[in-house]
Amino acid sequence: MIYLSIVGHLMVALGSVFLFLGALGLFRLPDVYTRMQAGTKATTLGALSLIIGVGLIQPEFFTKTLIIAIFIAISNPISSHALARGSHKAGIKPFSKTHFDAYATMKEKLEEEL
Amino acid sequence: MIYIVLVLLSLAIILVSIRFVKGPTPSDRVVALDTLTIISTAGLVFLSLFFDRSIYLDVSLIYGVLGFIGVLTIARYLEGGL
Repeated sequence: MIYLSIVGHLMVALGSVFLFLGALGLFRLPDVYTRMQAGTKATTLGALSLIIGVGLIQPEFFTKTLIIAIFIAISNPISSHALARGSHKAGIKPFSKTHFDAYATMKEKLEEEL
Repeated sequence: MIYIVLVLLSLAIILVSIRFVKGPTPSDRVVALDTLTIISTAGLVFLSLFFDRSIYLDVSLIYGVLGFIGVLTIARYLEGGL
């Protein structure tokens, strides 16, 4: 049991570091899409690691923490996808050094076919 | 250990709040709100360990569900379908 507690403490520390790095990326990066990447990918890893670490430290909490972790792992990519799609349709331009915009080229192709 | 985690989470919340106030477009603010929800969920789970109360886990689960629904609604509104 002591090994589980040590692993849990390490996971909590790693998760809090990743949450901080995600917030730093959200503060520093140049446009909406890159900010969205920092604000949802790094934060998903950090939150999952911290929540499962808490479940390993205190085994009574493990089922509930597992439910929260599964919910975050499902819901977070969905909300980031919907946000990226919504802001692209709302006409927000990507950063000027962006090379590829696959969604815009796909829309142009579809309009040509129609 | 406890204080390191709390300080890191507070710094993260301060940085995201600056982006929430400053953000040039509405999408920036919604992304910041989403990130704040996730950080608060993780912080509530950590506080349930700190105070040894399992009711905070239920609170964090409900908060996560409500934040997810709110972000989906605002994204749908930005898209123009609402």
